[in-house]
Formats: sequence, C-alpha cells, structure tokens
Amino acid sequence: MELAAPLKYSMQIPEVYLLLFALLTGIAFGIFLEKAGFGNARKLVEQFYFTDMRMFKVLFSAIVTAMVGIYWLSYLGFLDSTQIYINGTFIWPQIIGGLVFGVGFVMCGLCPGTSCVAVFTGKLDALAVFAGLFTGLILYAEVEPQLAGVISYSSIGDISLYELFNMEYGVLTFVIVLVALAAFWFAGRVEERIAKRTA
Amino acid sequence: MKTRQAYPYWNPYIVGVGIGILIILSFVVTGRGLGAIGAFNGLMASVVHAISPDYALSKAAFSNYLSGIEHPLRDWVVIEIAGVCIGGLISGLVSGRFKFEVIRGPGISKVTRLIFAFSGGLLMAFAAKFTRGCTSGLALSGGSVMSPGAWLFMISVFIGGYSVAYLMRRLWN
Repeated sequence: MELAAPLKYSMQIPEVYLLLFALLTGIAFGIFLEKAGFGNARKLVEQFYFTDMRMFKVLFSAIVTAMVGIYWLSYLGFLDSTQIYINGTFIWPQIIGGLVFGVGFVMCGLCPGTSCVAVFTGKLDALAVFAGLFTGLILYAEVEPQLAGVISYSSIGDISLYELFNMEYGVLTFVIVLVALAAFWFAGRVEERIAKRTA
Repeated sequence: MKTRQAYPYWNPYIVGVGIGILIILSFVVTGRGLGAIGAFNGLMASVVHAISPDYALSKAAFSNYLSGIEHPLRDWVVIEIAGVCIGGLISGLVSGRFKFEVIRGPGISKVTRLIFAFSGGLLMAFAAKFTRGCTSGLALSGGSVMSPGAWLFMISVFIGGYSVAYLMRRLWN
C-alpha cells in the first residue's frame, strides 16, 4: 500500500507538525490521566491496597486497545510493523529495575508521567517527586561509568513476544485479550470483597 | 465557606480505551508510542548544560541528549510531556480538583510525606535508567507492541509495589 504508516516516514511530515502532534497528544493524555484520578497519589496507590484497582484497569485496557488496533492496522497493511519502535529487552536490568520502580512507586504514589499531572493540579507532594527524579538523574550520571556492564547485561534485542514464543501475532494478541478480560473480572471481584470486608 | 464539589472521576475502562487510541495514533503518525521519563532526561540535560556545559558534556547520561540535535527540549517526548502538564492543568481546573495541598494519609506529617515522595522519585529515576523507560514509555507503549522487556517490567513493578505496600500502609491509610 502506498500510504503505509508510520506517516512520519511515508508522508515525510515536517518536524514542526510532529511536535504540534506531540503537544496535542500530550494534552489529551494529560486530560485522561487527570480524569482517571491519577493526579492524586492517594487515589493511585489504592491499587496496592485493593480498594480501587483503577490503575490496573486503565493500564491494561489501554494496552489491550492499542495492541488490538496496532495488530489490525498492520494486518490490513496500513501500518508497517517493521518500522515501529519496539523497546529493547534487557532481562535482568528490567526485572531488577522494575522491582525498584515498584517500591519507589508505592513510596511516592506517582510515576513520572502522573507526577506532572499532580504538580499541575497543585499537589505539592508531587514537587518533591520532581525533586527526587531530578536528583536521581544527577546521581545516575555520576555512577553511570561504573554501571555500564550491569545495565546492558542479558540483552536479547528488539524482538517481540510473538517472535520470542514463535507464535502467530494474531493468536498471541487474542490470548492476551482473553487474559486481560479475565483479569478485569477478577479485579472487580477483589474490589467487591474488600469493600464488603471494610463495610 | 462554600466547598466546591469536584466532578467524579471517569470510568477507568473509558480512560483506558482513550489512552489506547492515543497510543495507536502515536504509532501511526510517528512510529513510536508515548513517554514520560525521557522528558525529564532531556530537561535535566539542558538545565545541567546551561549551568555547566563542560560537566554536562563529560557525562554520558547527559551528553547523549545534547549531541547531534538542535536543542534537547525540541524533542517529541519533551513536547508531549509539556502537553500532559497543560492537559492535566485544564482538566484539574474544569473538574474542580485544582488545589494547593499535600496529598497524604491521615496518620503522617507533611514532612514525612515529602521525604517519602522525594525518595520514591529518586528510586524511580534510577530504576528507569536500568529499564530504559517508565510506566508510559516502557509499560504502556512497549506493552502495546509486545516488547518482552515491557511485560517483565510491568510484572516486576507490581511485585515490587505489592511486596512493600503493607510496610508503607501508614503513609496512605
């Protein structure tokens, strides 16, 4: 097909329009995050106390929606899936980093993206999160030379899950959708249970 | 004093589908998804560079965001996060949730809350360097294109969070 996306390449969109698109996408993203309640750290961490699992619900319904959309667009030949960016996999750095990230998340109640929404809705605790993020980046810059070997350990490249498992793209998409639907049902049940217990 | 009633939050599944559509649009237009921590990297690099150019260029963690480009702030993810700030502000104002306050559990002081917020932010910035992305850039966007690392990261974040949630319960409940 002539008009295969990403449009950035196929239509050679000038940078200024891409940045305008970035701004508009960001504004919509910020509105969604705020409307979900994610400008409030206490609302967000309810995930970890089972009283309101909306963080899980938003995260996974967004992933499933995007995954199905991207699958169909590439299946129909509109999106060239070889041209899109797939985050590289570094097994141990991403496991260890994820565990530490999760601890940090419960300590501050926000992630880097939601901390922006929190700061811009007046939440002063999020300013401390900003300060922590910036301090972390400065400290990291200092120790990076010593960590060079550690952070690129166990890299398996830019492959996808269906390549890794040697499965059909569509089949794996379908399986993940089914698992997500079961997980949404389960999350609802957990919330009901906890609500009943604390009532 | 009249207390202003905040509008209720949106249904999480509606928000999720909305964000999913944004991710699809982003891949269709630019070939990549959304991000967040990258904007902090770019902003930090340009601030450090403005204060001390020699220092910034001597550290790979900053110089990577400075070399070969016009300006570190003239970047997709930086502009996108500027949009997130604007969108959050607009939504907070129209929803009646804009308020200067320190969000915390009833049992802790403001100072304790701020210390933990700072420490959590520090850990997340460090961790995001190891993982090469945060909840937006890695979990959401990488998860959507089935990056194995994105799924490992997500599972690990939940395990890490749940394993300390009980210890941290006094912060929030």
